[in-house]
Amino acid sequence: MAAEYTFPDAGAKNAVCEFETEKMSLSMGPSHPSTHGVLRLQMELDGEVVTKAEPVIGYLHRGDEKIAENMTYNQFVPYTDRLDYLAPLANNMAYAIAVERLAKLEVPARCQAIRVITAEMARVSAHLLGLGAYAIDVGAWTVFLYSFTEREKLYRLFEKLTGARFTTSYTRIGGLMRDVPPGWTEEVSAFCTQFLPLLEEMLQLLTRNKIFLDRSVGIGVISKEDAIAYGLTGPNLRGSGVPLDLRKDKPYSGYEQYDFDVAIGTTGDCYDRYLVRAEEMRQSCRIIQQAIAKFPGGPWFATDAKKIFAPPKEKILTSMEELIQNFMIVTEGPQMPAGEVYFEAENPKGTLGFFIVSKGGGVPWRLKIRAPSFCNLSILPKVCVGNMVSDVVSILGSLDFVMGECDR
Amino acid sequence: MTAAELKSQFPGVTERPSLDHPAVNVAAADIPALLQHLRDAAGFNLLADVTAVDWSEKVSPRFTVVYHLYSTSQHAYLRVAADCPDNAKPSVPTVSHLWAGANWHEREAYDMFGITFDGHPDLRRILMWDGYPYFPLRKEFPLAGIETELPDPEVVAETGVKARPAPMAGGPFVASSGEMNLGVAEPRAKDESWNERRPKPEGSE
Repeated sequence: MAAEYTFPDAGAKNAVCEFETEKMSLSMGPSHPSTHGVLRLQMELDGEVVTKAEPVIGYLHRGDEKIAENMTYNQFVPYTDRLDYLAPLANNMAYAIAVERLAKLEVPARCQAIRVITAEMARVSAHLLGLGAYAIDVGAWTVFLYSFTEREKLYRLFEKLTGARFTTSYTRIGGLMRDVPPGWTEEVSAFCTQFLPLLEEMLQLLTRNKIFLDRSVGIGVISKEDAIAYGLTGPNLRGSGVPLDLRKDKPYSGYEQYDFDVAIGTTGDCYDRYLVRAEEMRQSCRIIQQAIAKFPGGPWFATDAKKIFAPPKEKILTSMEELIQNFMIVTEGPQMPAGEVYFEAENPKGTLGFFIVSKGGGVPWRLKIRAPSFCNLSILPKVCVGNMVSDVVSILGSLDFVMGECDR
Repeated sequence: MTAAELKSQFPGVTERPSLDHPAVNVAAADIPALLQHLRDAAGFNLLADVTAVDWSEKVSPRFTVVYHLYSTSQHAYLRVAADCPDNAKPSVPTVSHLWAGANWHEREAYDMFGITFDGHPDLRRILMWDGYPYFPLRKEFPLAGIETELPDPEVVAETGVKARPAPMAGGPFVASSGEMNLGVAEPRAKDESWNERRPKPEGSE
């Protein structure tokens, strides 16, 4: 007796079964190499075809929002490193701009340019990991080795700038931790110059690779409408053909000065998302090189924000007024007006948003983190159904999520 | 899109103070109709975020649900806020039928604040485990946490281990300048319901 299964996903293959089969339930994760962290997928399988997929998240929940309500604005900067820990510099910048919007504070051009350079470097670094890990997931080991060599060079540059490779905590409200060291911009520029040909070499391993094409073309198709309904952002949304890039649409930190293109996909499958990320790395290098070419001089922190940004160290140690100013900022926090702001930045994984409710003073009343990975994962129950288990691995890799950000 | 423009169709809409994007207040019952209107007629097609704010247990109305909408055509944000009418059992109607993505956002608001979203198809905890008894982002919930049973009763029976509160020394610090005694001027955890000076309440481990 033939039972015909029609899966809810319209684009999915329809499987016709000879016999009514017994469904099997399979728990994938939270410790599974392809779930990139501590995501757990509770699946129901018919043979090898997924009929239901339910993501179980929260294994990395640390209560960041509760913690934020109990500390000053500057003290929370290190916690933003641990959201999307593959691009801490981009998180630092998004958080600092959100709080600066609350204080209606504009940072000088040099500070903006440094933030743009670091955020784009973070994007390259995050996409390189995404690319390498995705390639491993679908069976191509070599790309990972190449991409990690390049990431290592970026980490050296981060270390030179911030003192830390991984958890950079580089921004402060109203400025940065420190100015760029001498010769650093030239090194970044040199990195971009040597990286672009290497990137092409890396992509050549995948873009026309038969095995990779078989594993990604037509797999995990997300339609434009679905992508918007589920609140997808970043490369996952652009892969589905929606040209939403906040760097273009609502420019912040001086992004309007730079020339770059927004890559979008056509079908919204895993392959499109891969191509979008590949193109974004090229565009990021373009932005970095432009920012370095017209690197502005002048102060690197807001000099007119006495109650927000701590004065330079040599002044603190020699002048009474600056000493008090520093003491007040450290103990009471940067002083903010009462009110509500919501700011989203275009991060490697999507738009990272901060909703801050302030009642005045140095501590937020409520700080909500709108994590792109959280929204991007919410589409899994829809997109996994009708695919093979091995394709689920490919879909997870192409969605490129970070659980530190999803669970907060 | 401002409160004045929405007023003709939704008389309950009022302007909400905001430092950046336009913002409106609306009655909780009107939320689905207003958001549907904004999505279909005003172009706010992307639901960026749903969250809630607890204004503390002394304030009424205590909970406010906040929606952030984004328009991919006009590149503009809109904030919509609704106070929950009941402080003890806060609830607002769901919008998960309008945006599938609202499903997880509403589950998170339920998990963290205990706000129920009427009509939600699957209102379960999402970040905390099923059966967790508290709502951690409510203001009366201490920063250190409260001792609770682990989710798996078999593990509890076998090991006797519970989910313990975080030690306050070593927690997130805020120096309170009011009682600054330079001898003990270490920055302290802001939540001082118990610490080295003040003993833990009876009954907690």
